[in-house]
Amino acid sequence: MVVAQNTRTNNPVGKSVARNDVLEKVTGGATYTDDIQFGPGLLHCRVKRSPHPHALIKKIDYSKALKLPGVKGVATGDDFPDLIGLYLKDRCFFARGKVRFVGEAVVGVVATTEEIAEAAVDLIDVEYELLTPVLDPEFGASPEAPLIHPDLGNYDHPNFIFPVANSNISNHFKIRKGDIEAAWTQCAAIVEHTFRIPHVQHVPIEPHVAVAKCEDNGQVTLWASTQSPFAQRALLAKALHIPESDFRVIAPLIGGGFGCKAGVTMEAIPVAMAMKYKGQPIKFRLTREEEFYTNFVRQGLVIKIKVGCDKEGNLLALQNRMYWDGGAYTEYGVNVTRAGGYSSTGPYDIPNVATDSICVYTNHPVGGAYRGFGMAELHTGVDQAMDMLAAKIGLDPVEFHKKNCVQGGDVLATGMVIHDVGIKECIEKVAQALDWEIKDKPSAPNKLRGKGVALAWKAPAMPPNAGSSALVKMNSDGTVTVSVGGQEIGQGTFTAMAQIAAEALGVPYENVKVSGPIDTRYSPYEWQTVASRLTWSMGNAVRNAALDARKKVLDVVAEAWGEDAKDLDIKDGYVISYKTEESVSIKDIVVYGLPKPNDGGWIGGPIVGAGSFMPSYVTGLDAETGQGNRAVVHYTTGAQGVEIEVDKETGRIEVLRAACAFDVGKAINPDMVRQQMEGGFIQGLSSALFEGCQLVDGVMRNPSFVDYRIATAADVPAEIDTFIIEHAQDDGPFGARGIGEHPLVPSIAAVAAALYDATGLRITNPPFSAEKVYLALLEAGLVE
Amino acid sequence: MSFHRITIRINGNLEQVDVPGNLTLLQMLRDKLGLTGTKNGCASGECGACTVILNGDAVNSCMVVAAECDGAEITTIEGLASSGDLDMVQKMILEEGGVQCGFCTPGILMSARALLNRNPHPTEFDIRDAISGNLCRCTGYNRIVTAISRAAEAESAAVK
Ligand code: FES
Ligand code: FES
Repeated sequence: MVVAQNTRTNNPVGKSVARNDVLEKVTGGATYTDDIQFGPGLLHCRVKRSPHPHALIKKIDYSKALKLPGVKGVATGDDFPDLIGLYLKDRCFFARGKVRFVGEAVVGVVATTEEIAEAAVDLIDVEYELLTPVLDPEFGASPEAPLIHPDLGNYDHPNFIFPVANSNISNHFKIRKGDIEAAWTQCAAIVEHTFRIPHVQHVPIEPHVAVAKCEDNGQVTLWASTQSPFAQRALLAKALHIPESDFRVIAPLIGGGFGCKAGVTMEAIPVAMAMKYKGQPIKFRLTREEEFYTNFVRQGLVIKIKVGCDKEGNLLALQNRMYWDGGAYTEYGVNVTRAGGYSSTGPYDIPNVATDSICVYTNHPVGGAYRGFGMAELHTGVDQAMDMLAAKIGLDPVEFHKKNCVQGGDVLATGMVIHDVGIKECIEKVAQALDWEIKDKPSAPNKLRGKGVALAWKAPAMPPNAGSSALVKMNSDGTVTVSVGGQEIGQGTFTAMAQIAAEALGVPYENVKVSGPIDTRYSPYEWQTVASRLTWSMGNAVRNAALDARKKVLDVVAEAWGEDAKDLDIKDGYVISYKTEESVSIKDIVVYGLPKPNDGGWIGGPIVGAGSFMPSYVTGLDAETGQGNRAVVHYTTGAQGVEIEVDKETGRIEVLRAACAFDVGKAINPDMVRQQMEGGFIQGLSSALFEGCQLVDGVMRNPSFVDYRIATAADVPAEIDTFIIEHAQDDGPFGARGIGEHPLVPSIAAVAAALYDATGLRITNPPFSAEKVYLALLEAGLVE
Repeated sequence: MSFHRITIRINGNLEQVDVPGNLTLLQMLRDKLGLTGTKNGCASGECGACTVILNGDAVNSCMVVAAECDGAEITTIEGLASSGDLDMVQKMILEEGGVQCGFCTPGILMSARALLNRNPHPTEFDIRDAISGNLCRCTGYNRIVTAISRAAEAESAAVK
């Protein structure tokens, strides 16, 4: 239930208050990057892209393009020789010497209109010498594969990424825990299987768009639909050799990102063009086709799992070898590989573990961050393997999961001791909601019916010292303005931050405004809007800032009233004294201060609270064993289940109902948590049933909504039960941890398990399209 | 390039616009009239973000040639709320929590309004069908479907 507007909601944490970002979204008033008006001086950029997956650039001829009226100029790789990259610095603004994937930017054109720029692109001739492409990650990791980055050994990278020089391996993360060889001999059942998870696209409904302008004095402004304004400032300023303070990023509302607008993506191109053609803003927006084939993808994964348990079904050993199809460059891919590595057991307690998580350069699109950051791909393998093992040892999957799921105090594969987690309750809630014990009959003779459950965990994947900061400004009308650097991407973070500030300060939620758009010149620093980390990390910063402001208010009043601040409180926007029962509205204090007694002057003045947060306890992990004290800040865990029917005549899977349960520590806004669970589940379901980039010889064959289908309103089950479990996070604001990504993590595995329950078939390469399911039914003799 | 002078009634106001022959209605709304509430998600008729009501029907404005709209009546998201009051579909989508990033929202609301105008008592199937051309990547759709169904109920209760 949503709390009605025009109310004063005090102590709003834990209440489903109305969101503060949505009114203008229903009236058409919300401003996204493409909506900003730049006037007639606006120039447009288009890009000549590589048609080849792997080739040397022999010659670029843009002379005809330059003669086209309206064309301002071009830029190529030679204009910007510096390497950029979030973790591993391995790419340039434009291809230099060599192209490594179909769609790579080779030449940028600036013109007075988009149409002229596009026409100019067609007039550019690029001569290539074709090289053998690497199109499979497992082959790519072998010594026989052609080298995609011969200079890999010289690339800059942080100390937690382990590239292998003279290979295509951009990161190799290992875990060695216990004695795996000895453990196999103790196992009563072992499952060994390979799973192949395809590349998928993020598909935000708002395509990427960015506008860049460089003033004659060298100051650069970038307006972009981005999850990472501060990271873009840092990376681009460095690559362009300008001070960070001369690089300003303005980030309006985002029309969906899901990770593809994190880090530096296509923004580098208009920025490069603006550096060359100063004085006018230059806009670059991706077409929907480019959005599909040129943009960061969720990288493909080949995952080889061997897992065993004793005769009671207790897990004993897991060997997990993952080959990530990282693509031509590695903005996030190397860290997805790391996250997949340290979380490679899934949320299971397993004493003996050997993991190799390997990121491989291929001549495919570049692997980026995608909601879940490797976890959906990992769980698609691990959780299906668990379902297989449960069947093999003769245990009900729910019993098997409950028996083996992690619990507070368990030592994880990395050596970290896990905090209190409510995953067992999550499993129970899901089983209950789906009437797990009851086997329903199919609704028609041509249907098969089944249920499946899968688990999920995920930790924020980020550098150990990713930080947040916030300002809380008190206004003379009694309202409060919260400034943050994290993005409102649709998840509702501005609402959650207002709730946290209101709770900590003692004012009604409705009196707190969160200032946007994010602007690196005025907004306090935030690492990035990724990793489901804002509620927790930025929430802590906001809480600290609000507490700082609160203390300042109380100190002023205490002095003016000659009282002890300990006897004062702020309630409903009023400072009250428990001792004297006096009260005063904060609006009378927070800007103009208070008079001292006996006309003795004034105290106080405009009040601004400041706060920040950075975890201090994450340690490094040993390069050979993956062991360390604390690999991550925390895990959010949960479970998901579905009941499905399979139509034997068409192979079509219909999801009849679904249940999701996650331990969020504390739900700051329960209704928004449920929104994340529902939306995330449907995105996951969409990838289970429909989605995959069809890459043939490096070319994406389905770069449109017609050929790359995502779930529509007609595809989704009407009944989705959601459950919030709350085992408080010790260092979360009011006990909260994140939930943005997790709901899509178990979806593919849950559908796969239900498919097995219904048909007895294991299909280990999603999506489970009607055609694929039908052929499998045919092959198994279940239909003729 | 040939220009056409067209007269349209947009959100209740008469407007005269000069448009080149290849301009889409979406481009005219966003670039010529500054009505940026209508979104461009694909420019190829596949996502529904650009949905407006044209002579009573929900259409993908990216697939309509502006020059052919002479004499047409058009409602965009900016014209949905009348004299400061939110339309019932706007109210209900807010109450149901059917808005996240909001990029699909204008298009969905216009599809919903057109549906309720021609069918005041839609079934759940009718609603899902009416918005099946409007892609949303955030919400999972069910709250939107409930919102439209509640809007229909509220409107028919008000008529009674
Ligand atoms: S923008 Fe018109 S349908 Fe996508
Ligand atoms: S709310 Fe984001 S696409 Fe629908």
